[in-house]
Amino acid sequence: MVGITRGEDPPAGGSPALVVDHLTKRFGERLAFEDVSFTVAPGEVFGFLGPNGAGKTTTVRALGTLIAPTSGSASVAGIPLTSNNGPEIRQRIAIMPENPGLYKRLTVAENLQLFAGLYGQRNPGPRIAEALESVNLTARARDLCGNLSKGLRQRVGLARALLNEPAVMFLDEPTSGLDPVAAHEVLDLINGLRQRGVTVFLTTHRLDEAERLCDRVAILNTTLRSVGRPDELRERLFSRSLVVETLAPLPAPDAIFGSTTGVESWRPEGPSSYVLTVDDPRNMAPHVTRALVSAGADVVSITESQHSLEDVYLQLIDDDPEAAAR
Amino acid sequence: MKFSVGRMTAVLRKELREYRRSPFIIGTMAVLPLVFLVEPLVIIFRIGPTVGAAAVDKAVGSTFLLLLIAPALLPAVIAAYSVVGEREQGTLEPLLTTPLRREELLLGKALGVVVPAVGMGYILFAVIQLCARLFASNALVVSALGQGPHIIAEVLFAPLLAGWSIWVGIGISARASDVRVAQQLGTLSSLPPLAVVALVSFDVFTPSVTLAVVFAVILLIADIVLFRIVSALFDRERLITGAGAQKAPAGGGDVIPPGAVRRIPRVGGSDDRRGHP
Repeated sequence: MVGITRGEDPPAGGSPALVVDHLTKRFGERLAFEDVSFTVAPGEVFGFLGPNGAGKTTTVRALGTLIAPTSGSASVAGIPLTSNNGPEIRQRIAIMPENPGLYKRLTVAENLQLFAGLYGQRNPGPRIAEALESVNLTARARDLCGNLSKGLRQRVGLARALLNEPAVMFLDEPTSGLDPVAAHEVLDLINGLRQRGVTVFLTTHRLDEAERLCDRVAILNTTLRSVGRPDELRERLFSRSLVVETLAPLPAPDAIFGSTTGVESWRPEGPSSYVLTVDDPRNMAPHVTRALVSAGADVVSITESQHSLEDVYLQLIDDDPEAAAR
Repeated sequence: MKFSVGRMTAVLRKELREYRRSPFIIGTMAVLPLVFLVEPLVIIFRIGPTVGAAAVDKAVGSTFLLLLIAPALLPAVIAAYSVVGEREQGTLEPLLTTPLRREELLLGKALGVVVPAVGMGYILFAVIQLCARLFASNALVVSALGQGPHIIAEVLFAPLLAGWSIWVGIGISARASDVRVAQQLGTLSSLPPLAVVALVSFDVFTPSVTLAVVFAVILLIADIVLFRIVSALFDRERLITGAGAQKAPAGGGDVIPPGAVRRIPRVGGSDDRRGHP
């Protein structure tokens, strides 16, 4: 039985912004995603990771009522996901696709006026001004969107997504194709959304930005592989370890590490470097240092081994032939 | 959430703004009517001062028929671009992520085409009237052009013919995957109503008030039925994924046949699968 553990629960606080329960989408005989379940709390930044073709965008489209799931159920912004509820759900969410899809012959302000009208706003001027200000585009309001750089277009897309003050914002690869400076600006804007209490559902390939921004991440590869906080995933996947580096190779490392209480196992990693599996790296570091010094070793460094979200991702995906095939 | 005139108007306003910013659309809209202006003017100016009332009536009648070609042909190309064009420039998905209903989108798009097309038809009609009053050598021409039935027919048929072209064009656009194909088919499909015009011109039918009323009613019913058919054809999922049910979704990338799916071992207790054994 695979049960939910507290670590996978969304942070407490109000009814969930998203509840996804065994959701599946097939296109005829082909499977886009299968049996996906998770919950996202209000105000949470939730990362949705996975390789190309894993079903991330299709999941967003299903939750955004653009396509109908084949089976399973969900509620979005507190509204059950049914075909009849489509307009109500879309009124309370915003989706920014990978390509912001702006009308290039219209100005920034005209693009936003269109969408404010579609959200039923009768006097959209102040709302548009506020959205533009939040993405630092007030000065470009009269520019044609066709004349903007890709980074600026992404910002217009974000401003558009802010127009209806959404309860849940879906951002699909928001930094895709952006240079590092533009990507950094977009990430800062997403961080700003978190501070405003907006629930953000972020699909991305960029693990560094997921690690930096997301409260929790889900890793999808047609089926859901894992959900949790990045540090939890690291702990689950990788044993805790210390990396020891000495000035010269140890003559009898097995004798030293084997006699040190708390070291579960060890392996060499280079001529004078060793990885020790321990239960509590922080408390074990002084013990290991003393044992090494007693044995006459010159210790260069003892550090806790760090695993990034990328390590977690690769660990989950690399062994998967489906992912390798894509 | 009910039909919203506000959302439909937002789409209409966007369409008109886009036309205004596109010299190509304005140019093609202007050139075609000019072509249909020349022949009626030539017909009217060639009527000599001694030509009798019956001959004048016949000539003026054919002038009216020619004037109806413009509102029937003009919208076809633009309507055929309406949905597939949005898809091609990547703006359809953001539109569909809003509360916009398909009927609101379709009517907004249709009005965006009908306004310039019918407007252009009426302008042509006004120009012909003005030129006849200023330059026609036969006074009967002016009175024939000013006859109530003629004016009513022009006012009535211009939007009805445009409606046919627009709904057929949008219907093709909602199913087509290529703008060029949609526009070719859209133009061809605007021709059937014009066949009636041609039959009248070739004296197969004699124009009469009864014929006009019957034809107008048929067109009105056809426009309403076409609107319903086009609404049904507007498949949000197909338009977004860019493929039929058997194809993979755009952006969703390759999908895996069910038999090929292999789960990798889950990390201990890592699945958020509420209540799942």
